[in-house]
Amino acid sequence: MIRFDSVGMRYGSGEEVLKDISFDIDPGSFQFLTGPSGAGKTSLLRLLFMSLKPSRGLIKVFGKDSATLTNEELPGIRRRIGIVFQDFRLLDHLTLYENVALPLRVRGYEERSYRRDVIDLLKWVGLNERIDAFPPILSGGEKQRAAVARALIDQPELLLADEPTGNLDPNLARRLLRLFIELNRSGTSVVIATHDLNLMDQYDARRLVLNDGRLQIYA
Amino acid sequence: MPDLETKPIKPVEKTPEDAEHKQHSIVPRSSVSGSTLTLVVAIMAFLASLTLGAVWTVNDTAQSWQNDVSREITVQVRPVDGVDLDTALISARQIVGSYPGVRSVNVVDNVAMAALLEPWLGGGLNLEELPVPRLVSVSINESNPPDMEAMAAQLKANVPGASLDNHRAWIERLTTMARTTILTGLLIFVLMMIATVLTVVFATRGAMAGSKHIIEVLHFVGAEQSYIATQFQKHFLFLGLRGALAGGFFAIVFFLFVGWWASGNPADPTSNQVEALFGTFGIGIGGYLSILLLIFIISVLTALTSRFTVLRHVGTLDRSSGDG
Repeated sequence: MIRFDSVGMRYGSGEEVLKDISFDIDPGSFQFLTGPSGAGKTSLLRLLFMSLKPSRGLIKVFGKDSATLTNEELPGIRRRIGIVFQDFRLLDHLTLYENVALPLRVRGYEERSYRRDVIDLLKWVGLNERIDAFPPILSGGEKQRAAVARALIDQPELLLADEPTGNLDPNLARRLLRLFIELNRSGTSVVIATHDLNLMDQYDARRLVLNDGRLQIYA
Repeated sequence: MPDLETKPIKPVEKTPEDAEHKQHSIVPRSSVSGSTLTLVVAIMAFLASLTLGAVWTVNDTAQSWQNDVSREITVQVRPVDGVDLDTALISARQIVGSYPGVRSVNVVDNVAMAALLEPWLGGGLNLEELPVPRLVSVSINESNPPDMEAMAAQLKANVPGASLDNHRAWIERLTTMARTTILTGLLIFVLMMIATVLTVVFATRGAMAGSKHIIEVLHFVGAEQSYIATQFQKHFLFLGLRGALAGGFFAIVFFLFVGWWASGNPADPTSNQVEALFGTFGIGIGGYLSILLLIFIISVLTALTSRFTVLRHVGTLDRSSGDG
């Protein structure tokens, strides 16, 4: 599904923040991406999401060399990937319902065709009472759950989540992890960037550990 | 949507939540920057419309001055010893009237002459006592003018003291002045349009600066570039149209008011003077249509600027190089 081969990344003329990164993400796999702050987790996620170009090396996404993807091909590839940003990136002028439905709306689907799915998902993440609320009045945890729901709404083949449980209490974090596991069982590959050891201990999954820009993999 | 059958969720029954949810515009309808942009567009549209209308009025006025002068020629008959001035005037009128292309011939009578000279010589003039030349005013067909040279030669041969003034020097000076005025007006209009374009472009970009996060989110949830660009284009077309319509409307009201005032409605000396100089001071249907065209251009310009700004920003989001 995704293949990194000797990938290096640097910002400007600084040192490489990622060095000789090589790994595969197989279909239906589940992995945690972890490491200390500043180790390069977010940069690696951005490479996976193709919002950054590597300074060197090869990245293959769904069998295509990311360096040769055209601007017209990118939206189609991105629709196969769901992403949960660390800073949520919800649109403040849209209701929670509209934020979660946004990926389907921009694909041109009729509102009635996805209404039930969006409401179901909002209920599952515990936001059914906040359907018509606007993000500015939500708590950090609520925003995070909404961001997760938005990433899941279109059943992506790959889910990337950047610290998805960072603002959640342990119960809700466990519940969210269960959702990710269930999603993974239904065939979606999952990459969760986190440094929450407690979260990782709850599920036996491959760990991609970044340290000083280098990657170690623990199966 | 993931398969949630294994989750502790009860099947969801039909609830009021199943009712259609209000869809807000993806680009927020109202914002401070949007209002500012509308105001800037309105001001620029107003100024550009004023400039356009002013050029239009000057053009019309210059044309009418030129036409008025070129529609008329004058025969001047100077007093000559031993020649009866009235007889000479009658002869001159007969000669001039015999030429094809002459529409009417009028001898300016003593009363009118006295009125013409009053500002310089004062009232109560007795023209019989003064060696003042008399005038014959001749109205001609501009499209088929009489043979001026033949007319002048015949007058000189048959009417002592008569000479023909076809106002050529005046017309040439007026034409030059009119062309210069129109060119100056057009230059000002072009500069005004450049200023309008730049102001609208930069104001649109400024208004969009606060919307970059929206572009990014749409982009990262898989929206096509054209979809994002169209959302912004529609929004900014609306803002631009609203501003341009307001500016154009006030410009049209301004021209209607000045036209009414200059046509002597309040009957004051200033408005009479303006009317004498500019005629009716109307910009006519053509002028109003030009303002409508201007409104359309400014609106489209606003929309296109937003489109290109979106496309450029999306271009920077797509796999920006870490190498910077």
